[in-house]
Amino acid sequence: MNDLIYARSQMGMSLAFHILFAVAGITLPLMMVIAEWMHLKTRDPIYAEIAKRWATGTAVLFAIGAVSGTVLSFELGLLWPGFMQWAGSIIGLPFSLEGFAFFTEAIFLGIYLYGRKIVTPSMHLFAGIVVAVSGALSAVFVVIANAWMNYPVGFKLQNGMPVEIDPIAAMTSPAAGPQVVHMLIASYAAIGFLAAGVHAYMLLKDKTDQFHRKAMAIALAVGATAAIAEPISGDFIARMVAHTQPVKLAALEGQFDTEDGAPLRIGGVPDVKNRVTPYSIELPKLLSVLAFHDPNARVKGLNDFARDLWPPVLLVHLNFQVMVACGGAMALMSTWAALLYLKTKRVPDHVLFLKCMVLAAPLGCIAVEAGWMVTEFGRQPWVISNILRTHHAATPVPGLLIPFLFFTLVYILLSICVIWLMLRLFSNTNPVTAPVEPAPEGLSDV
Amino acid sequence: MSDSALILAIVMIFALNFYALMGGADYGSGVWDLLAMGPRRDEQRKLIADAIAPIWEANHVWLILVVVVLFSAFPKAFALLSVSMHIPLTLILFGIIARGTAFIFRKYDSRIDEVQRRWGTIFAISSLITPMLLGVVVAAISSGNVLADHAGKTFVDLYIAPWCSWFCLATGIFAVTLFSFLAANYLAFYAGSEELKTDFRNRAIVSQVLCGISALSVWILADLEAPDLRTALANSPWSLGLQAATAMCAMFSLYALVARRFQIARLAAALQVSLIIWGWALSQYPYMIRPVYTIAQAAGPASTCNMLVIVIALGACLLFPAFYFLYSVFNHKSEN
Repeated sequence: MNDLIYARSQMGMSLAFHILFAVAGITLPLMMVIAEWMHLKTRDPIYAEIAKRWATGTAVLFAIGAVSGTVLSFELGLLWPGFMQWAGSIIGLPFSLEGFAFFTEAIFLGIYLYGRKIVTPSMHLFAGIVVAVSGALSAVFVVIANAWMNYPVGFKLQNGMPVEIDPIAAMTSPAAGPQVVHMLIASYAAIGFLAAGVHAYMLLKDKTDQFHRKAMAIALAVGATAAIAEPISGDFIARMVAHTQPVKLAALEGQFDTEDGAPLRIGGVPDVKNRVTPYSIELPKLLSVLAFHDPNARVKGLNDFARDLWPPVLLVHLNFQVMVACGGAMALMSTWAALLYLKTKRVPDHVLFLKCMVLAAPLGCIAVEAGWMVTEFGRQPWVISNILRTHHAATPVPGLLIPFLFFTLVYILLSICVIWLMLRLFSNTNPVTAPVEPAPEGLSDV
Repeated sequence: MSDSALILAIVMIFALNFYALMGGADYGSGVWDLLAMGPRRDEQRKLIADAIAPIWEANHVWLILVVVVLFSAFPKAFALLSVSMHIPLTLILFGIIARGTAFIFRKYDSRIDEVQRRWGTIFAISSLITPMLLGVVVAAISSGNVLADHAGKTFVDLYIAPWCSWFCLATGIFAVTLFSFLAANYLAFYAGSEELKTDFRNRAIVSQVLCGISALSVWILADLEAPDLRTALANSPWSLGLQAATAMCAMFSLYALVARRFQIARLAAALQVSLIIWGWALSQYPYMIRPVYTIAQAAGPASTCNMLVIVIALGACLLFPAFYFLYSVFNHKSEN
């Protein structure tokens, strides 16, 4: 039984680690391509420098994402052979497609990073675009596989085993569309905000710095657009969850009793023993409105499900609250940014705004982590909803504490190194104005 | 067995072959980083870093392709492999993490020598250990010691004995020498100066000799510890032809190295490595994990296999031009 906890912890930790690099690998290339396109359009060398700086970030984060992704592909078997034996043939297709997307991303990133002086500027830009698109496609395919685990389709069940497998149909789980959109937008919002926060911090030190001003403008354009769109996508995903995974919805909301016109709870600490959620602000009928677009709709409560089929309610609810709070704050920040821009017609550089932006920098990454906790904890005790229990999927290999401890150590060390390296990279004084670093090569002299 | 399952097994061997030729050579380059010495030690390391930097990530994806095809088309084999090889595979993962991250950190961290050397050492040592363990796993699934039935078996029987043998160790060493040999050939071709070319030519010749010795030890140990594989390797209709071809490649690459014809030497080296991989695959046939699963027994449903064949065919149409483009961009650079 303890081994199950270690297996779950190791998988969860690997995913929590990998997801940040994955979202960076989706968003940084987009920002870098926008900067490069701006450079080609305006011939402003600052944009070329911004593109280069983000490309370096992409290089580091993609490399770590590539190895941590490799670890995950092996861990699927090392920790969950029962799951892979059951489901490998059903969800192998999106993983194979992801493999090709990953190939494309790696190949064109090599060309983008090292071919700057070799290929033509338009080919260079094209390589960057391919990296951005294939990075996003990788996420699409992986999330499709995850959506299948939440709401499996594309096969028939016979004596507990899948028959008549249709791998294409398996990619069309009703959970797939909303999940994919939600994850992609979250990626853009999270990394857009993170980068905007870093550049806002540098702008606070020197408001005249054109490098950080322009960099923040691009990061904010990407991050704020996504952060405003994310609540809309949240509405779609909430309705999908309400229809396909009612027990998850009940856990999200700390909803114990089945109720017509259920309220939306803000905050609150679900008490599983007494089956109540105290300390919350309840907004009447709002949950029914959000989940079913009908103020009197019936929302199933946890009490309608057998106790052993409940996910860890407290964890799911709290993570959900964290995700929504972060997302809400980001949407507000984005609206503020938009208003400031409309009023002044330039990059928002109000001191209070910049300070808030610095504080908001990690919110997207926190929301991404919390969101994955919600969807993964919310599916427990199943690895495949209503079909395969997580403990039936786990490996029979004993002593999983040891690899868990080793992976923990490795991931902690890696995190320290990456944070150190990124701070070094992005807080560097702008080399365009300060000749400490060698003059920027590349775009401007192609 | 459905035809598509066999096709997918062949695709996996091709992917493994490409992984050996590209990713394997990246590992081998790391070994030469570890063993860099002489008056041009720093130039050797710089050449290695320049040669693999643009391509190592793309090269690495071949391994992921093998894993993905394995679990999609042969989920039972993937599950059994993951359980019985849990320990070496976990160690391989540590090696993959250490190598990739140390390489990228070395590139972007401070240029101070001490910092550079620290990352360089991690990169080089993991480049040695990872392919060795890959060789161990390949040997383990060929030697017939993987157990399907867990009843009454000890931890050692199940999770250690299948891969802990002299045959597996020898195969691991063979993999390292082979990849180092391959890398030395590529680096001799890629090097800018005649002195550097000579450095790597000499390394290629030495490692080819070591390859021969380790191949011989694998051959002898197979007799004791992997008899079925050895029988297939020695007594099949194709045995003599394949072994003669491999030996000829090996001799020819030695000749080309001595004659400093590096383009031909690297092609001969690549052919030699490929022949060894296909020789292994043919002697493993029809098994996937000896003795538990044949390809047919491990195969998933035909609907999935057929779809995968289509996806891989389409993917290949995208992949090969892209790879060709990548390699032509950076080969062009070396000629300038």
